[in-house]
Amino acid sequence: MSQLALRPGRWAGRLASPAWFQRYGVYAAVAVLLLFNAAFTDHFLTVDNLRTQLVQVAPVVIVALGMALVIGTEGVDLSVGSTMALAAALLPLYLGYGLVPALLVALLAGVVVGVVNGTLVAVVGLQPIVATLALFVGGRGLALVIADGQLKQIANPDLLSLGSGQVAGVPVVVLIAGVLALLVAGIVHRTTFGRQLVAVGGNRAAAGLAGLPVRRVLTGVYVLCGVLAALSGVLATARLTASDPSALGNLMELSAITAVVVGGTPLTGGSVRVLGTVTGALLMQLLRATLVKHDLPDSTAQMAQAAIILVAVYVARERRSR
Amino acid sequence: MAPPEAAAAAPPEDTDPAVPPAVLEAIGVGKRFPGVVALDDVSLTLRQGEIHALVGENGAGKSTLIKVLTGVHRPDSGELRLHGQPVSFARPYEAQQAGVSTIYQEVNLVPLMSVARNIFLGREPKNRLRLIDFPRMHREAAELLAGFGVTADVRRPLGSLGVGTQQMVALARAVSVQARVVVMDEPTSALEPREVETLFRVIGELHSRQIAVLYVSHRMDELYRICDRLTVLRDGRLVHTGDLADLDRMQLVSMMLGREVAEVRRHGVTGFGEGHRADREPVLTATGLSRRHQLDDVALQLHPGEVLGLGGLLGSGRSETAKALAGALPLDSGTVTVAGRRLRRLTSAAAIRAGISLLPEDRKAEGVIPGLSVRENIVLAAMPRLSRAGVVSRARQDRIVEVFMKRLRIKASSPEQKVGELSGGNQQKVLLARWLCLEPRVLLLDEPTRGIDVGAKAEVQALVDELAQEGLAVLLISSDIEELVEGADRLVVLRGGAVAGELTGDRVGEAELLEVLAAHGPGAGGGTSGDTAPDEAAEEEQG
Ligand SMILES: Nc1ncnc2c1ncn2[C@@H]1O[C@H](COP(=O)(O)OP(=O)(O)OP(=O)(O)O)[C@@H](O)[C@H]1O
Ligand SMILES: [Mg+2]
Repeated sequence: MSQLALRPGRWAGRLASPAWFQRYGVYAAVAVLLLFNAAFTDHFLTVDNLRTQLVQVAPVVIVALGMALVIGTEGVDLSVGSTMALAAALLPLYLGYGLVPALLVALLAGVVVGVVNGTLVAVVGLQPIVATLALFVGGRGLALVIADGQLKQIANPDLLSLGSGQVAGVPVVVLIAGVLALLVAGIVHRTTFGRQLVAVGGNRAAAGLAGLPVRRVLTGVYVLCGVLAALSGVLATARLTASDPSALGNLMELSAITAVVVGGTPLTGGSVRVLGTVTGALLMQLLRATLVKHDLPDSTAQMAQAAIILVAVYVARERRSR
Repeated sequence: MAPPEAAAAAPPEDTDPAVPPAVLEAIGVGKRFPGVVALDDVSLTLRQGEIHALVGENGAGKSTLIKVLTGVHRPDSGELRLHGQPVSFARPYEAQQAGVSTIYQEVNLVPLMSVARNIFLGREPKNRLRLIDFPRMHREAAELLAGFGVTADVRRPLGSLGVGTQQMVALARAVSVQARVVVMDEPTSALEPREVETLFRVIGELHSRQIAVLYVSHRMDELYRICDRLTVLRDGRLVHTGDLADLDRMQLVSMMLGREVAEVRRHGVTGFGEGHRADREPVLTATGLSRRHQLDDVALQLHPGEVLGLGGLLGSGRSETAKALAGALPLDSGTVTVAGRRLRRLTSAAAIRAGISLLPEDRKAEGVIPGLSVRENIVLAAMPRLSRAGVVSRARQDRIVEVFMKRLRIKASSPEQKVGELSGGNQQKVLLARWLCLEPRVLLLDEPTRGIDVGAKAEVQALVDELAQEGLAVLLISSDIEELVEGADRLVVLRGGAVAGELTGDRVGEAELLEVLAAHGPGAGGGTSGDTAPDEAAEEEQG
């Protein structure tokens, strides 16, 4: 280990290497973006603005955490946006019994979605993209049926305070997202479930031969993803102060996948980068905010995001071919 | 095969007729990876028309040297010369264009593409419209492979063939390009004896066409059969280069391991000791194992303290039997009983709980998880036992990992190094450690010493011996007949998925085994046909 001579040439080489870039590129990008804004954007690095950015990104972060787990198993979950809608549609029906029962019902919907997805993938053996497509389409339809296609105002004060409340100046949604990120990181790195998840993603045949409960792990991963998506749906609804199953969570699957990929988790499975995922979501959020502040149209923001995704995918590909 | 003098007898147009000109040279090459110096000032000269052995322990740097020679890695220092001119290959493709053709240790073809496409990748025959001329490509591929004793349908995806056949395809590809140098990194480790003969015939042809061959193998007898000169690496350094005829086997082994000749001699060449005394009562009884097209009513018993060898040719159902016992192959019928308790559901998890461990044959596809560390690969199967309430205990893992890394002499920069970065032999040891740390009652070893160096091979064999003495029941599958016969106390011979005979006591011998194999004439097991798919079929059902 003492041979890791830190000659300058070596360092320069390392900075440019795809491996380094996949690992730390996302942090560097966020730092660059913050520096840029500090210099060129008025009122960007203010507490208020940063708080707004964090509140806006929190639902994406929560969904992306679940997505990172699924992608770690070489899968993908397209149904997260629909799951959010489903949770949003169920909430107002049960709020009469209080926040906790309504919340439990919404999360239960996430569990059910996860069980269906997990069963299709792990037991039936469908490709994840196909398996989760079913609920991507069907989930939102079901949500609209449940909600009668209506937007419903939320009046429950407990739920509303979940959306707009603060603890010591930190918005509750941000706090929840932070705690969940820590929790997911703990699961991935410290629990048998987490390590088995990574092993299954790394080499499923080998994991099976080593006696790992492959099906149970896969199902569990989709359930976790579903629950996180449902929770995100609840929080987003609380912030909107209305349940809007037709629009809530639209394109969320893409935002989440983007956050995961940009954060350096390979689509080929076998590794989950939790902090990277959180930072990836943050990067996309800050980028959009920066461009908006400079009065660039939304289409430009989308193109900038596309460019970042391309870079991330390219870097991952480079690394694999070594 | 041509003895060394033959090379010298055909005088090339050089000033010194005894020394043919150098084709490919590495001069003072160095290569480091984070935490390891893989090559340190290594030089190697490959002369025209010679068959040059490159030997050394696992992790000595053989594959790394080959990768540096063929443009996979850039050397950190030193230079390469081709026909005396300095060269640097940016990519393997450039090396190939320059006439250096390589078969890497891990078969690196495209499993989803057809066999023919793989052979002609990058130089497909074109028709008048500049499109790939498929009929011609298929015809030429089939003709080429026929010369290698492979009769598989060239339109099938490569991945559907057995490992050995894939290796032969890689060989055909490497040889069919117009090469001046052919580099082979452990080409025989996945081959059956018959295929090895084909390989040697091909090498003989290369030799007579004055093509230089760089040949890596851990099998001593092969080296002495075909090689003229050799280069020995140890810990990334050059320790010897010269004519093979000047060294005897003991000297060679001692040079590779860096130990005294006397010490090596004392240990012997295979690590197996005397036979064992097995218990009367079997620990494992299998009856009526059947699966369509693969296994036909196989029955066997394993006793504590014995090593049962499983003999047979390619496709005879040895790996399938082992997999079936370990619950990794869905069966049509059959029972497995361990210590008097019949396994109700035959799954990998149930078998492992009952104390059955299987070291699978295909290390890359079914064994290592390349992105995880050595530590995590070792504790993979034992993880639930090393955890409390679902939370892993690093302290307990570290203790076990340390013990096994020492006991098996696993060479890694640290337990946290990724397994994918280890040399092939060390990956195999990691897998062995994964199973041994479960403290199994029954150990099923499918080609346990494949790709392992002589030193480690003897160690693994000695370990198997020791484990059997401690009362473990071991099932041994090996395409190395010497290993099988010396290691086993009893032999069950399979043919076409059924038990063809059993050899016990004094009858456990090479001649007797060959007799049983031959007694049935040219049966299902003959030849390297493409229909070695049973293994693959099994893998597909793993998912
Ligand atoms: N890509 C890599 N990253 C880090 N270390 C590596 C890498 N490739 C090889 N090494 C290290 O370099 C050393 C030499 O490995 P190499 O594969 O050349 O051994 P080998 O002689 O071919 O062994 P074997 O007989 O087991 O195939 C080993 O210690 C290995 O761990
Ligand atoms: Mg090697």
